[in-house]
Amino acid sequence: MTAELHEELTDPHADQLDHGAASSRPLKSRISEPQPRGAKIHGNRPVDQSEAANRFMAATEHEAMHDARLWDLRQKRDKEMHGIEEWEELRNLASGIKEHTLSKLDYYLELFEKNATANGIKVHWAKDGAENNAIVLEILRSRGVERLIKSKSMLTEECGFREFMAENNVEVIETDLGERIQQLDDEAPSHVVVPAVHKLRTDVASVFAKTIGSDPDNADAHYLTECQREATRPLILSAQAGMTGGNFVVAETGTFVVCTNEGNADLSANTPPLHIASIGIEKLIPGLDDLAVFIRLLSRSALGSPITQYTSHFRGPRKGSEMHVVLVDNGRSARLGMEKFWPGLKCIRCGACMNTCPVFRRSGGLSYGATYAGPIGLIIDPTFNVHKYRNLPYSSTMNGSCTNVCPVKINIHEQIADWRRTLAGEGEISPVKKVMMKAAGEVLASPVVYRASLPLGRSALRHLPHFMLYNKLNTWGRKRDIPETPKQTFNEWYRKNRKQQDEGKKS
Amino acid sequence: MKVGLFVPCYVDMFHPETGIATLELLERFGVSVEYPVDQTCCGQPMTNTGCEREAARTEELFVRNFEKYDYIVTPSGSCTNQVRNNMTAIEQSDAVKHVRSRTYELVEFLHDVLKVDAFPWAEFPHRVALHNNCNTLRNLRIASMTERREEPFSKPKALLKMVKGIEFADLTRPDECCGFGGTFSVFEEGVSAKMGQDKVTDQLKSGAEYVTSSDSSCMMHQEGCARRMGANLKYIHIAQILNGARA
Repeated sequence: MTAELHEELTDPHADQLDHGAASSRPLKSRISEPQPRGAKIHGNRPVDQSEAANRFMAATEHEAMHDARLWDLRQKRDKEMHGIEEWEELRNLASGIKEHTLSKLDYYLELFEKNATANGIKVHWAKDGAENNAIVLEILRSRGVERLIKSKSMLTEECGFREFMAENNVEVIETDLGERIQQLDDEAPSHVVVPAVHKLRTDVASVFAKTIGSDPDNADAHYLTECQREATRPLILSAQAGMTGGNFVVAETGTFVVCTNEGNADLSANTPPLHIASIGIEKLIPGLDDLAVFIRLLSRSALGSPITQYTSHFRGPRKGSEMHVVLVDNGRSARLGMEKFWPGLKCIRCGACMNTCPVFRRSGGLSYGATYAGPIGLIIDPTFNVHKYRNLPYSSTMNGSCTNVCPVKINIHEQIADWRRTLAGEGEISPVKKVMMKAAGEVLASPVVYRASLPLGRSALRHLPHFMLYNKLNTWGRKRDIPETPKQTFNEWYRKNRKQQDEGKKS
Repeated sequence: MKVGLFVPCYVDMFHPETGIATLELLERFGVSVEYPVDQTCCGQPMTNTGCEREAARTEELFVRNFEKYDYIVTPSGSCTNQVRNNMTAIEQSDAVKHVRSRTYELVEFLHDVLKVDAFPWAEFPHRVALHNNCNTLRNLRIASMTERREEPFSKPKALLKMVKGIEFADLTRPDECCGFGGTFSVFEEGVSAKMGQDKVTDQLKSGAEYVTSSDSSCMMHQEGCARRMGANLKYIHIAQILNGARA
């Protein structure tokens, strides 16, 4: 579809099958590779992203598919960007609108509450995930709801919403296909936009075979989707309440907007007589003109499509039904007060930073062991738990691609560096890093010590500077050859060949 | 114009020929170059790991070594980025500010300061893939990046185009990070090596004989991966090509 819109752009990947054709093609390998699972969580212990990433990469078919699929999204995004002359101006505008709104957040929140209430929406306030869950449960209980259909929402992931509802005997059915796959597999979403992107079709076939009784040997995407539709539609039609998140909350009109490609939010919102939307307070924007800027950026950045299939505006309850909005803080106010890290609140959850991140593409989103994975996760997760997520800011080469695809211009790679500084300053740094850097700092501060430390002409393993080698295992040499050491350093060459000239110049 | 030559630690140790080519190349343009022999490092390993305090004395030493020069030139964009944008562990005295604003990566210096328009001695009749270090690309803005909608430009390519006989090999992911990332290469060894292997595979597919870059650090990592993979690729610093290296 995008190709039709921008014919002047040549497609460098014309030989690549489109989604529909590719998803029915038999997979290359007959033997299905088991799906690698995410990070191992041990209570509050710091998550070891690299360990999980190594397991993900060891599943070579998964890693190759994941990298190719997300890189394809990045390329589609680039193509859309080139179709919009004022792209960089739009990014500036979007960033400015978010900064403005965040700087007057209290005003816009109250304005929304006033206008939404006038529209017939019941507005609630939740300071954290637990309060959100309690408010929603209270609404459901008082109306005797036993089954809730729900569209994908990262906020509810933050709140542990599904687990909470399960404990309280409310059945939750996810209506987004990817999210439903993840729910049936008892896994968190691995990506904010494409939650099951780390799974091969064979993985989905095996999940569906176990949970909804599909043919375990049939991994055709159309077949699998149809099986899911057949299994879920009756549940959707009989649910007593629907839940959505919200992509944008418009203060001046007292409305909110949900963007999906499957229309599942509309199913969740419009089928039952009760619609509850839990939305983070950073989703506020002033007016509908502002919304236009974001709608142009969101899907282009996320999936490389000009717009989401459904952009639904919710204005108030239908006749004979109810609409509730829960405005959730859950750490956002505190983040707004963080000098270095407040710009993370501009995020519109498009996932472009994940698609472009070379580390994310090779690690899988579940390797981060946190609600938010990838570059945006590295700078948001430590605000929830600084100790548990202290290693995440190191899961980056700080290459800066994320910052430059971000439609709201969050300085992600700079914040990653700032987090490292903050964590080291607070003592939240692994002992091995700390010891190595202290040693490196000592050696490099003194030319004499430094020159004496250069292990020239010794065994191959000693040819690396100490700060790279001071590790129980010489990680450099596992998959890389160690550079050959020349006969002399540049310093030695210079002293031998040029130093006298310098002295001569001075006299 | 008095230029202080900064030869980063890994160039000093593993690629002295890059330091020599940088020095000779600058001298070809009549620049008076000195190499302060007491230099060590720019402080990047510590700063990148977040250990600012541990970087302070190395930064002080850097400023002491280079404050007397009009310009500081180095064959490394990532070290330039450290000095120019991240040397914040020490008090920002006039000397520190001078050093930070006067430090240039070699390609920038040739392109923007000396405004070089010919390398009559240079000839490199080979198929070459260009690699831009991420700091050099996105922080120093040595070339346009595919993430942004902007007019294409490339300072290293503009210089290389003046070299007789050179042919360029195009990569499918020209801006993709190769996975070196400084201390990332040892702390996150698995992902780092995988990214390096993917970069080498892309370079091989492009039909390149040589890979060149204005950063030895990325190439040290890529070369390490290429050798282990048995890939037939040669890595050469841009300073050597511009200084007239034949092969």
